[in-house]
Amino acid sequence: MAKVIPRKPLTLAERTYLPQVLGGLKTTFKRMVSPNVTLEYPEERPVIPEGYRGVPTLVKDPDGREKCVSCQLCEFVCPPKAIKIFPGEIPEDAPTAHVEKAPRDFQIDMLRCIYCGLCQEVCPEEAIFLQEIFSVTGYTRSELVYNKQKLYELGGTLPDRHFKWEKKRQAAERGHQH
Amino acid sequence: MTAPAQTDLVTVVIDGKEIAVPKGTNIIEAASRLGIEIPHYCYHPKLSVVGNCRMCLVEMGMPMIDRGSGKPILDDHGGQKIGWMPRPAIACATAAVPGMQIRTTTELVKQCREGVMEFLLVNHPLDCPICDQAGECRLQEFATDYGRGYSRFIEEKNVKPKRTRLGPRVMLDDERCILCSRCIRFCQEVPKDDVLGFVDRGSYSTLTCYPGKQLENNYSLNTVDICPVGALTSTDFRFKMRVWFLKQTPSIDTESSVGANTFVWAREGKIYRITPRRNDAVNDTWMADSGRELYQQVEAEDRLNACHASGKPVPAPEALQAAVALLKEGKTAIVGSARASLEEQFLLKKVARAAGGAPVHLVAHTGEGDGLLVSADRTPNLRGALLTGLIDTLPPASLEALGAAIDAGEVQTLVVVREDLLAAGLTEAQLERVRIIHLDTHRRPGLERAAVVLAGLTVFEKAGSFVNQQFRVQKFQKAVPGPGGAAEDLFLLATLAAELGGESMPSTPASVWQAMAAEIAAFRGMTFAGIPDDGVVVEAGRLAELPFVEGESLHYKPAAEAAGV
Repeated sequence: MAKVIPRKPLTLAERTYLPQVLGGLKTTFKRMVSPNVTLEYPEERPVIPEGYRGVPTLVKDPDGREKCVSCQLCEFVCPPKAIKIFPGEIPEDAPTAHVEKAPRDFQIDMLRCIYCGLCQEVCPEEAIFLQEIFSVTGYTRSELVYNKQKLYELGGTLPDRHFKWEKKRQAAERGHQH
Repeated sequence: MTAPAQTDLVTVVIDGKEIAVPKGTNIIEAASRLGIEIPHYCYHPKLSVVGNCRMCLVEMGMPMIDRGSGKPILDDHGGQKIGWMPRPAIACATAAVPGMQIRTTTELVKQCREGVMEFLLVNHPLDCPICDQAGECRLQEFATDYGRGYSRFIEEKNVKPKRTRLGPRVMLDDERCILCSRCIRFCQEVPKDDVLGFVDRGSYSTLTCYPGKQLENNYSLNTVDICPVGALTSTDFRFKMRVWFLKQTPSIDTESSVGANTFVWAREGKIYRITPRRNDAVNDTWMADSGRELYQQVEAEDRLNACHASGKPVPAPEALQAAVALLKEGKTAIVGSARASLEEQFLLKKVARAAGGAPVHLVAHTGEGDGLLVSADRTPNLRGALLTGLIDTLPPASLEALGAAIDAGEVQTLVVVREDLLAAGLTEAQLERVRIIHLDTHRRPGLERAAVVLAGLTVFEKAGSFVNQQFRVQKFQKAVPGPGGAAEDLFLLATLAAELGGESMPSTPASVWQAMAAEIAAFRGMTFAGIPDDGVVVEAGRLAELPFVEGESLHYKPAAEAAGV
């Protein structure tokens, strides 16, 4: 059943449109004299606040060791299933042989990534970080699937608070002298 | 459902709930029947009890009896008073006795578990991110369920050897070992290959292999399965995939007529490992290492990925048309297979009948039985071929009769199902005299020139059933999809039989079972869905008296020996 809502008749001021026109002009003149906030992107770049979630990247520790041990927790937690890890073994003659496990390849599909940061949150080795990069472009879908090499290039080296594996290696050297 | 009357049941009370269990059952098993979990590491239902992990501590009490008069002592409410033992007892080594009372939820039990967990974790490395056991690790599970939640340990952890090779298939990480001795007992008690043991004392105790020996028996990977932590890992599965990604599909080990029950672990169409599935009537909780490698056939180099007709890859329907045209010319002989499923053998028999009563030959594949879970008959389904009537006598090891028939010019078209004809005694010259229709999963020597190749599926890519040496019908399920060019064996055989015979044929396991239940006396009243996960033994009748090659193995005695001959 249709319900009729009576419309109030316009007042004289409303019928002349003048208050509305003046109100609009007020905003115009105010902006004309206020300081400019527009950024000339891409020549100018915005300041990235702390805690910003940009492109996920893989990082190395200050000794240059790749931190990821391919535990695949990020692959498991990733809501859009953007991460694909191919686990592998570190050969026994490598300097980081005591870590035993590292990814053979690590792929993140940037077209799938939703920048939620769950991979960073779940990582037990602090190896994956969403850093400041926010602009991802490419000509094909396949070039937007970043591989391990690309992810380490983007990630670089971050400071480490724990040096968990280095401590483990030192303990192994000390530990046999009981 | 009424249980058969059992006279030797004893009733125990666990957490206030009564349960009647057979005499001799321990408290862990009795509690699990009530759905109460008593955490344990060293106890394994199929191994001897040592009681060294102390994780299963519970409070135990008995109804009190006045020693003088022999009368029960009553409490204020008129019930019999319970005398609780002042200290906890281990549930694994405590057999149920009448009237026994068990408490698993008290403060004392909780503190015991927290204490045991704390000691176990004292020297445990925090390896979980690189440990293959993560996700199926009892230490992880019980630490979250019964642990104290944080560590008070500030001293240095022990260091022990890591990445030690115990044998060709097993790796050992001593730091992760909690010294439960399951692997040691397994090696002593099941394969009787006593190579593992502990050396050193106290917190330096270390699992190791006897000097100069290796853990290399064909059952070594069972130690990996029963290891409650990540100390023993499989070199094949090591670092391949985390277990929480893998989906388990019940399947059957096809390496011999034992038919060990298995789980196939796959992710996204790729199989990563095969582990045993408990079946107390067949394989307990074990399986042979050789059966765990069979998944590699799925992606083998010589896999048939497409159907062929006159040497060219064609879609399955076209290859089937070519095969039907050949079969309609007559003078057909069939080489069936004891590696095919029961359903396929049934349909192959239909094909033989539709092709004018073509003779069916089978080849025996025998090896040496190991008395455990690999029997002398190296095919999974010879008894199925007998039950379906595909053959009525035990097959010979070579196809001499067929060779003679080919030489005599009696065979024009030969249907070969999953067999290597050269190995079965035919010569290349004989193969050149016939036109071959080859239904298989892999290329076979001598069959490269087959007129028609029908690409089928491996046991991991289809559902069906096998009949093992005990005449136990066991079913397997599809774990991964097959290659794009291959077709279901049942579909291929059903189409052949239907085109030749002019009547429609069932082509799924369920519908084939309907037909089998109607035609074969041993399967009367059975359905595919109705076969339980642990299989069902069918009445073999006179077939059971055939001189099968199998010797005695785990849970199997040859018919002649069982009868006391």
